[in-house]
Amino acid sequence: MMLLKILFRNAFHNKLRSGLTILGITVAILAFGLLRTVISAWYAGVEAASASRLVTRNAISIIFPLPLAYNEKIRQIEGVKQVSYGNWFGGIYINEKNFFPNFCVEPRTYMAIYPEFVLDHAQQKAFFADRKGFVAGRKLAARFGWKIGDTVTLKGTIYPGNWDFVLRGLYRGRDETIDESQFLFHWDYLNETMKKASPGRADQVGFYMISVARPDLSPEVALAVDRTFKNTLAETLTETEKAFNQGFIAMSGAIVTAIQMVSFVVILIIMAVVANTMAMTTRERIGDYAIMKTMGFGGGAIAFMIFGESLVIALTGCIAGMILTFPAAAAFGDSLSNYFPIFLVSDETLWLDLLAALLIAFCAAIIPTRHAIRVGIADGLRRIG
Amino acid sequence: MAIPLAYSMRNLWKRRLTTTLTVSGMALVVFVFAAVLMMAEGLQKTLVETGSYDNVVVFRKGSASEVMSGIDRQQAAIVEMVPQAAIGPAGRRLVAKEVVVLIALPKQGAGKASSHSNVVVRGVQENSIPLRPQVKLVSGRMFRMGSSEVIVGNSIAKGFTGVGLQGTLNWGMRHWTVVGIFDAGNTGFSSEIWGDVDQVMQAFRRPVYSSLIFKLRDPGSFEAAKTAIETDPRLTLEAKRETRYYLDQSEMMAKFLRILGLSLTIIFSIGAIIGAMITMYSAVANRIGEIGTMRALGFRRRSILAAFLAESLLLGCLGGAAGLFCASFMQFITVSTVNFQTFSELAFKFTLNVPIVMQTMAFSLVMGLIGGVLPAFRASRMKIVEALRAS
Repeated sequence: MMLLKILFRNAFHNKLRSGLTILGITVAILAFGLLRTVISAWYAGVEAASASRLVTRNAISIIFPLPLAYNEKIRQIEGVKQVSYGNWFGGIYINEKNFFPNFCVEPRTYMAIYPEFVLDHAQQKAFFADRKGFVAGRKLAARFGWKIGDTVTLKGTIYPGNWDFVLRGLYRGRDETIDESQFLFHWDYLNETMKKASPGRADQVGFYMISVARPDLSPEVALAVDRTFKNTLAETLTETEKAFNQGFIAMSGAIVTAIQMVSFVVILIIMAVVANTMAMTTRERIGDYAIMKTMGFGGGAIAFMIFGESLVIALTGCIAGMILTFPAAAAFGDSLSNYFPIFLVSDETLWLDLLAALLIAFCAAIIPTRHAIRVGIADGLRRIG
Repeated sequence: MAIPLAYSMRNLWKRRLTTTLTVSGMALVVFVFAAVLMMAEGLQKTLVETGSYDNVVVFRKGSASEVMSGIDRQQAAIVEMVPQAAIGPAGRRLVAKEVVVLIALPKQGAGKASSHSNVVVRGVQENSIPLRPQVKLVSGRMFRMGSSEVIVGNSIAKGFTGVGLQGTLNWGMRHWTVVGIFDAGNTGFSSEIWGDVDQVMQAFRRPVYSSLIFKLRDPGSFEAAKTAIETDPRLTLEAKRETRYYLDQSEMMAKFLRILGLSLTIIFSIGAIIGAMITMYSAVANRIGEIGTMRALGFRRRSILAAFLAESLLLGCLGGAAGLFCASFMQFITVSTVNFQTFSELAFKFTLNVPIVMQTMAFSLVMGLIGGVLPAFRASRMKIVEALRAS
């Protein structure tokens, strides 16, 4: 008990130094937390994907389309509950900075396959009825101030021209992990226009979304779909939505790895800072330790004191950093909502914060402790200041 | 009279453990700072070197990259006649009609099934070779026109499976044999696969070209060629210098890397500055008696301030040098990732140049300065009597 009291007193003996160190740890934990959150935001699409949905695309690569005729063939495959299809539109709203995902889809089946997109019944009806209509996520509409009935024009990059759409509905996510920044419109609108403008590109589908009756049927259905179209001009590649989204992330894997590495580097940097503080503290207190040794305290007690002090400093900083992570993530998420629609601090991140703080505390205390234990009583007493 | 620099250096040497820890903290920050700048620089350099200044790329208006573009044969034939095009050795115009598509290939080393990435397949004509002097065959032979043969860039040959010499690729119900590997140096072409344009178009059932490339007869006549193409009512096309075209493709990614890197290093530098501050404060606290003695000997407050600032600048300098030293080894590393803008794989090297070295050293010295300024003031403002009494 006595030791514990000394330990706390020691930790805040040099207020300036402890304060600075704690500030440093706070900043480091904050940075670490934010970086982990960026990484989990990257994977948000994978987390939100359902295991009972499959995506079928052209086996060559995502830029090649599939014929519309595959729709009926896929529907005949056993285990398939529902099929929808769509294209990546790649339209630009005013300028390239206003990026958001925009797809054209077959609306009735698509909304049925995606129950996590909650759309008001009346709005849904209005959307289905208007071929030039579109639905937008709540966040997306708020970002540009769109209201129901507004006309929005996108400039096509893949499909040339200016395309007018009328906002017919706003969808909400079923929970906060659902992306509320998508733009969905009628596949028929695109197709009818392409029939007129460039008939060669009509009746082409970018991807099929398949919902299977039971999640455990997914692998068999995926194989069956690919087998059906083997040795055709447009062979297919079918995978679960999770794997499909994962594939996108794997492409930018180098960047994710870099962020991950950097998030560990910040821990190393702060470890050097804390270790420095502890080294100085113990150097100043060598005399104290020598007196304690003279009074009969063993190496264990001294180690306990140094480790304890290091822990007190690291944990204080860690808790402050963890508390600050939430408002910081909220501010960060707001300004980056175009890139990361979902930006939430996960429990895992908080546990990792704590783990990092413990690691910092222990690593920082090792060398000073060894030094304090080894130093002879006479040597320690001789040293002044 | 100034306090000799050796005093500051000796002090750092005296407290080696503390100095090493502070310097290594700073070095890590500097390392991250330099590495990010090097990465953005490398990406940009690769894409800039891909283009040649006197080449012009023509593609469909509004499309952001060649992959999205489409030029039908009729329009291509009109552009082919552009009077500003250079004449090649055989007396023919140096114009190449190309098609660019993406194929998904499995990455090497990754065991997971979904670890595919998009690789550019470029269908080229005979003229494409003199238009791209960077491209040199390193092994095997050139593909024969009119056959299902391809040559592969060395970054792709290294990074992906099944594309080595004599490997076969399957698309469009055909087998394509890799007959050669080419090296295009530090350019985007090293991340591409080349085949005969007519064969590629046929196999992918894509009846349109993606882009037209021609060399200008006179590098200054670009504006004339651009106006001719963009104002022709029969054409819905856009022309850019090849250098400009590739620079535009690197913009978003390079900006993303820079913003990410700078915000990270600013946060990190707070940690390193605090480290330097702690070190310097304790250096001052341990030496109160010494400072008093020096003041009593007649050294001015200015000199004391300068000595402590010099000490912390030395810390910054050491940190910067150590960080840069480690970062310079990053030049041997090649990163291969998907460029968001073109959605295709691109390999590039970390590139270190003089501006980056200067920026990094300046950054590191500023960190040292900020960390040292408060402690140095504290040291210089001590009263002689009190300081002497303290020891």
